[in-house]
Amino acid sequence: MRFAGIDIGSRTIKLVMVDDKGQIALSLQTDTGFDPIAEASKLINGVSYHRIMATGYGRNLFEISFDAPTVTEIKAHARGARAFFPDVRTVLDIGGQDSKAISMLANGRVKKFEMNDRCAAGTGKFLEIMARTLGFDIENFGEEALLAENDLNISSMCTVFAESEVTSLIARGRSPRDIARGLHASVVRRVAGMISRVSSEGDIVFTGGVARNPCMRALLSEKLTRNVLVPQDPQLVGAFGAALLAGDIS
Amino acid sequence: MSEDYKSMWLHLGLDLAAHDVLLGILGKAYQDIFLSQNNRPEGMGYFDFVMSEVHGLRIKELIDEKKSGRKIIGSYCVFVPEEIVLAASATLVGLCSGADFAMEEVEKLLPRNTCALIKSSFGFKLGKVCPYLENADMVVGENTCDGKKKAYESLNSMVKNLYVMDLPQVKSAQGRALLKTEYDRFKKSVEELTGISITAGSLKQAIRTVNAKRAAIHRLSSLRKADPAPISGLDALLANQVFFYDNPARFTASVNKICDELEKRVKEKKGAFPEKSPRILVSCCPQAVPNWKLPFIVETSGAVIVGEESCVGERGTRNLTDESGQTVEEMMDAIVDRYFKVDCAIFTPNPDRLDHIQEMVKSYRADGVIHYGLQFCQPYLIESMPIEKALEEENIPCLRIETDYSMEDVGQLKTRIEAFIEQLR
Ligand code: SF4
Ligand code: SF4
Repeated sequence: MRFAGIDIGSRTIKLVMVDDKGQIALSLQTDTGFDPIAEASKLINGVSYHRIMATGYGRNLFEISFDAPTVTEIKAHARGARAFFPDVRTVLDIGGQDSKAISMLANGRVKKFEMNDRCAAGTGKFLEIMARTLGFDIENFGEEALLAENDLNISSMCTVFAESEVTSLIARGRSPRDIARGLHASVVRRVAGMISRVSSEGDIVFTGGVARNPCMRALLSEKLTRNVLVPQDPQLVGAFGAALLAGDIS
Repeated sequence: MSEDYKSMWLHLGLDLAAHDVLLGILGKAYQDIFLSQNNRPEGMGYFDFVMSEVHGLRIKELIDEKKSGRKIIGSYCVFVPEEIVLAASATLVGLCSGADFAMEEVEKLLPRNTCALIKSSFGFKLGKVCPYLENADMVVGENTCDGKKKAYESLNSMVKNLYVMDLPQVKSAQGRALLKTEYDRFKKSVEELTGISITAGSLKQAIRTVNAKRAAIHRLSSLRKADPAPISGLDALLANQVFFYDNPARFTASVNKICDELEKRVKEKKGAFPEKSPRILVSCCPQAVPNWKLPFIVETSGAVIVGEESCVGERGTRNLTDESGQTVEEMMDAIVDRYFKVDCAIFTPNPDRLDHIQEMVKSYRADGVIHYGLQFCQPYLIESMPIEKALEEENIPCLRIETDYSMEDVGQLKTRIEAFIEQLR
């Protein structure tokens, strides 16, 4: 028996299928585009499952169109992260448009969570815009930032202000790599605050697309002096968690 | 809407086109939010009617009262004692406004980072859309939070009959003495306005009338302790909102009537939501009409709100005024005693509020607390931090929300609230 989870985010849609042992049997990903439901139905066409559970910001649309149960990203990420690392009680998810810190009780239930405010500060979007401003490819933005030689402080968390701060740093001749690391550090400061509001100790599972960024991982564990663990394909953890939860319903 | 009302609104100086827009929004919101609910008590029919006539029949009644010589007093805060107003044969109406209006005009007078409630009160004035405000013979402002007390300085040039009441900020003997002085001064001003002196007889009657209204709301609240809750949080909030507009005696009778029905429902275990639905206590800033954003999100996400620790709710209506006094002086003291207990966050320190939240969690059997803060409301937002901590120490889940009247954060709020409800299941 197979269960599916679909995570309809603002940038991408992910579909994960699990077998009855809870192992990932298949995963698919596509851009959200302008019509999330049309894209979602393309993804689920041709796969067969016993039950599907939707999460992500488009979950309610999916629920209406496909009469499927839904779960919030918060619970889905907690469930997914726990399947990879059963002992960890803290999850940080940074996706395209939002970021969240979650703490769990020993039994895996969500204990407390924090989400970023309405703006892009502290999200993947922020890093993406900054990479573009600096002329880096987002895929290796983190690697480049790790090669920085000097510390540099970016004070603006707001995307608009940070962009002009970056422009003036470039004009002053600062190295793009140094600036890149400064930007990573500013996102880390932001999310570290969220994490410490939900939990103060223990390892952290880092999920979402931004978890693939090595500079984010390094700065985060340095800043919090806690281990940062990243599952394989961290961007799939929400959909994976939803698939597991679909199987949990009896 | 009948032509009669149009000429009435025009007469009050309302901007008819803007007012139509407001009524349109209000009507649509009411339809989508209230009338779409399942398992509503029949007694809500009365409140549906009141809301549909909130700018119509009720205004006509107030105009008729004025024609017969009664004065209308508008207020922005639960510290304005209705007992004194009624005893001088005047009528008190709440002016707290719960929607953004004429925001561009408002932001010429108030900084952007002013709370939505204050901005809205300006918007309703500047947009000329509030018949209650235009109809009032006296508008009472009060020195509560910094935002309000400074805003009244600007409002003063727009509202011809603004009366500002000073209020204490500390629950000390001096604080109480200040409240007493201010209530005496208010009494005199109301007497001057109406030309009617308050007597022991009229004050006693007024205390009884207001107490009866509060007691009816207490009865409604305590029925919400049942599981399944016999009435939705939205409907109960509406009753608490209508508290500020309606004729007191009729309101009392209507609330008592719905309570009779709810008592039967409780016996039959008939609920607005299924038994064992997660139960939520909402605490914090007042939710004025038509600010139904939070309860709408909560109750369309599968939880039920069982109480409001708020000025439009139990903070405002709790505690009756002692009616046993024989002289005006004794009763004025009793009034001061009653209002001095209001645990608004403008007081420092304000430990009673936390006690009250904890007590409400227990008595309403709430599974969690949503701390509903208006953005830029310093007093309540600052209090929300230690409150969250104290609740968590007792293992009472708490979600702190900071929002305004706009709809742009609804998606994000829905995710946070749904996740909170998942946490409670
Ligand atoms: S919160 Fe404070 S200022 Fe606002 S209505 Fe209540 S008592 Fe008045
Ligand atoms: S919500 Fe807060 S800031 Fe706004 S009027 Fe009330 S106490 Fe003042």
